Amino acid sequence: MIRDITIGQYYPADSVIHKLDPRVKLVGTMVFLVSLFLFQSFSGYIAATVFLGCVIKLSKVPLKFMLKGLKAVFILLLFSVVFNLFLTDGETLLPIFGKLRITKEGLRLAVFMAIRLVYLIIGTSIMTLTTTPNDLTDGLEKGLRPLKKIRVPVHEIAMMMSIALRFIPILLEETDKIMKAQMARGADFESGNFIQRARNMIPILVPLFISAFRRANDLAMAMEARCYHGGEGRTKMKPLIYKTRDKIAYGTFVIYLLTVIGVNMVSRVL
Amino acid sequence: MSIKIENLNYIYGKGTAYEIKALSDINLTIEDGEFIGLIGHTGSGKSTLIQHLNGLVKADSGAIYVNGENIYQDGYSMKKLRGKVGLVFQYPEHQLFEVDVFSDVCFGPKNQGLSTEEAAKKARLALQSVGLSEKYYKQSPFELSGGQKRRAAIAGVLAMEPDVLILDEPMAGLDPKGRDEILDKIARLHRERHLTIILVSHSMEDVAKYADRLIVMNRGSVQFQGTPREVFSHYKELEKIGLSAPQITYLMHELKKKGFSVDVDAATVSEAKESILKCLRTGKRPEGV
Repeated sequence: MIRDITIGQYYPADSVIHKLDPRVKLVGTMVFLVSLFLFQSFSGYIAATVFLGCVIKLSKVPLKFMLKGLKAVFILLLFSVVFNLFLTDGETLLPIFGKLRITKEGLRLAVFMAIRLVYLIIGTSIMTLTTTPNDLTDGLEKGLRPLKKIRVPVHEIAMMMSIALRFIPILLEETDKIMKAQMARGADFESGNFIQRARNMIPILVPLFISAFRRANDLAMAMEARCYHGGEGRTKMKPLIYKTRDKIAYGTFVIYLLTVIGVNMVSRVL
Repeated sequence: MSIKIENLNYIYGKGTAYEIKALSDINLTIEDGEFIGLIGHTGSGKSTLIQHLNGLVKADSGAIYVNGENIYQDGYSMKKLRGKVGLVFQYPEHQLFEVDVFSDVCFGPKNQGLSTEEAAKKARLALQSVGLSEKYYKQSPFELSGGQKRRAAIAGVLAMEPDVLILDEPMAGLDPKGRDEILDKIARLHRERHLTIILVSHSMEDVAKYADRLIVMNRGSVQFQGTPREVFSHYKELEKIGLSAPQITYLMHELKKKGFSVDVDAATVSEAKESILKCLRTGKRPEGV
């Protein structure tokens, strides 16, 4: 049931991509996303495909898991393809009726847009699949540290994020348990109109809120009992330090970015 | 009401990276009016198994027959099944949600489609059988003590008048007095209302005292089943799977080793007492004692 939903969908495996510093992966994902919108030419897509293919291969995550993320944006993908396909002005390829027609530019735009969106999703899922949520927040905290100078509470934000992430699976499990318990008492969550269904949620929501508050309270006490007092002077058990492989990864990003820009410029000249 | 389980298999998280075989090839028969103790280490699959019995979890393969009817056949009403097989979860007090104890207990019968009066009647009966006195009926369930909360939650399932009552560690986290009270109430329901009881626990002492038959689970399959005496005779194997026989079993084995001719299969303290007294009365003592 609810347990099947994967959030923070980390896929454990022993790969180079998994071992990379989370900051590298954050920056890398950003670079890849930006690169997708840099080029207009066909050859740029080849470069992006090769790069993505290599990363997927290196990550040792089955492709099935990457494609899972696409399901969620399928409707959006469909919309963008349909609108681009039928509503772009240009040379008519296939008239349907009235203003509705498939143009050469439309076809081109639709295909490119679809590829971009798919790569966007796959690119970000590689990051979440190969990085635990805790690593990710650690990376964010360290990466955003310069913002501390302008009084952004970076540590507190990162701590809140990691606590929130940590609570997601717990609360999901709790919801699952309470739902089952109420179903065992004959509760019905599937039938009835909207208002009835909303009312049927009360037996889940009340116990869930109570347990969430109880857990939050316990956690706060456990943290205070261990002398937690914010980020001031706090050290890390596993501090993030760039290793050789991280530097190589940064180098790869630069090469990739240069390739994309280069390919794009060459194809524009031709 | 009898329950028959045939070749039941269940896998958690099918198709993800975290696939776990939770139940493998379970075959069990539970007769009408039995008191079953279901024992197993954490993660042995006992909680998963009992959730199958009222249709909350659907098996990947296999069948469950309740009163001869396969619950997985088309058109079988899960709602009716849940009225017949009452399941009390671990820490059931965490599902209390109503403004007062009485309306919370009414939740089940009302879901069965009963009128307010009928539901109230059943709720009153259920609250009486768990021994919660009338002064608590109109109190918020969150103001009760731990043991009282637990009893109110059990009443919430009892009010649906099931034929089979399954309790998942109903004593967990209670003080000794609370434990005894709950166990006594369950035993009384078994005696007086002839409910079939399945008691999930990992305390051998508790189940040994009440259960007619024990089922021991390990890693998703049934390891031993039989009367407490039969099961505890495997006390060495039980230790290997992270369980233990009641302390009295160990004592009896020690005595036997020292030369006393006591009954090593005594499952409860009172049985052991009889056996030891008998041994002492007959005067057969080992050399040097």
